[in-house]
Amino acid sequence: MSKLYFTEDHEWVSVDDDGIGTIGITDYAQKQLGDVVFVELPEIGREIERGGDAAVVESVKAASEVYSPVSGEVVEANDSLPEAPGQVNTDALGDGWFFKVRLSEPAELDELMDQEAYDAFVGELD
Amino acid sequence: MSDPTVSLLTTPLHALHLERGARMVPFAGYDMPVQYPMGVLAEHLHTRASAGLFDVSHMGQARLVGPQRIAALEALVPGDLEILKEGRQRYTVLTNDQGGILDDLMVTKRADDLFLVVNAACKDADLDHIEAHLAGFDARLERLPDTALLALQGPLAVSVLAGLDARAAEMGFMSGRWLSLCGVDCFVTRSGYTGEDGFEISVPAEAALDLAQTLIANEAVALIGLGARDSLRLEAGLCLYGSDIDTTTTPVEAGLSWIIGKRRRAEGGFPGASAIQQDLAQGPKRCRVGLRPEGKAPVRAHSAILGPQGEVVGEVTSGGFSPSLSAPIAMGMVPAELAAPGTAVSLVVRGKALPAHVVEMPFVAHRYHKA
Repeated sequence: MSKLYFTEDHEWVSVDDDGIGTIGITDYAQKQLGDVVFVELPEIGREIERGGDAAVVESVKAASEVYSPVSGEVVEANDSLPEAPGQVNTDALGDGWFFKVRLSEPAELDELMDQEAYDAFVGELD
Repeated sequence: MSDPTVSLLTTPLHALHLERGARMVPFAGYDMPVQYPMGVLAEHLHTRASAGLFDVSHMGQARLVGPQRIAALEALVPGDLEILKEGRQRYTVLTNDQGGILDDLMVTKRADDLFLVVNAACKDADLDHIEAHLAGFDARLERLPDTALLALQGPLAVSVLAGLDARAAEMGFMSGRWLSLCGVDCFVTRSGYTGEDGFEISVPAEAALDLAQTLIANEAVALIGLGARDSLRLEAGLCLYGSDIDTTTTPVEAGLSWIIGKRRRAEGGFPGASAIQQDLAQGPKRCRVGLRPEGKAPVRAHSAILGPQGEVVGEVTSGGFSPSLSAPIAMGMVPAELAAPGTAVSLVVRGKALPAHVVEMPFVAHRYHKA
């Protein structure tokens, strides 16, 4: 499994050898949200910037923005998610991924947390 | 976020909520469970299929006593309490001089008092308001701060409660009586705010935990949080005070004309009677309606409602995802000419106008006990 990077907004990105990043929200985030009932995904081809609004996830209670952890072009969206948004709850780091980006600034990854740092960050929140 | 410097009140079931893994949130000054580990969707569906137990002890309970108690309360609400038989319950509203709604409340006529249940957020203001208007009447308000309130809601609620006191099964919808539950006298009404058959149980605070634990020991019963309480009442098309109704809406605009008694329509004698009588006679200028967005995106309160020319005509007052329908539902206030079911409107979500149409409410059929 490729290395996971995390943001303080509880997104994750895993980058493959071709420089494509897969982005989702963390297990901590889905637990905080509760039952996910709707997602809005970015259009293919859209250029997004690190930290910019990229997607929306709505639980029964409220809507939340999903910010892209990296800059680049959206190359794929998880088409199964709008039909089965509960995948975000059941498999946040797997089937519940949101979209894929071709990284334009791979160096941005250095600014993100690794698993250990993220776990420590989340530990501070509880 | 909650302000940690403000200490929150707790209900007699607080320790139980924590023990059961509830996620707690500040609500109307109380630390309340928004959901349990089951999650809002499952809690909602459990209530519709079986029975849910809600801690609504944060709501205000009081009794109005004295020979002129009925006249005293009729001076503040448009409901006909005179014709209410003993043991019968009414939904009514406190109105202001403009005919707006100060709060909604439940009133039960008992042998020697009127038993009142008011919303948590408004309870002090409501009870102060009532008390301030008792001068001139031989009536007195007694607050019941040492009384908890449990709501047992859902199709299996009656069999669960009848297991503790068989007389529960004999009760009609919107009636109240004393039952002996776990050896304690509780005042129970066959009512609730989910659209389901169910009961609200007024229990002495010191006996509430024991009663709650007895109820949830029944496998039909699950503890349900405020999250599902809100989605259940929205599906049932019931108003949330502060969102769907407030001091600027009249009962007629809110679709609550049915709560205004025939005699009261003619005689008035409650705050804002002339404005309400005018709404009744001429039809209100705007109406609370049900809305069904055509897509899947939930539409939340305060989203703008656009009319046929794309102009803003109103606002969504409550909205969310309906677990029973697996679709978004909402309520909002629109001009009367756009209130007919089937009328096409748009709802603005994140800057986009999404198509929706006006529908009849409730969104999910009520299943109150018909006796």
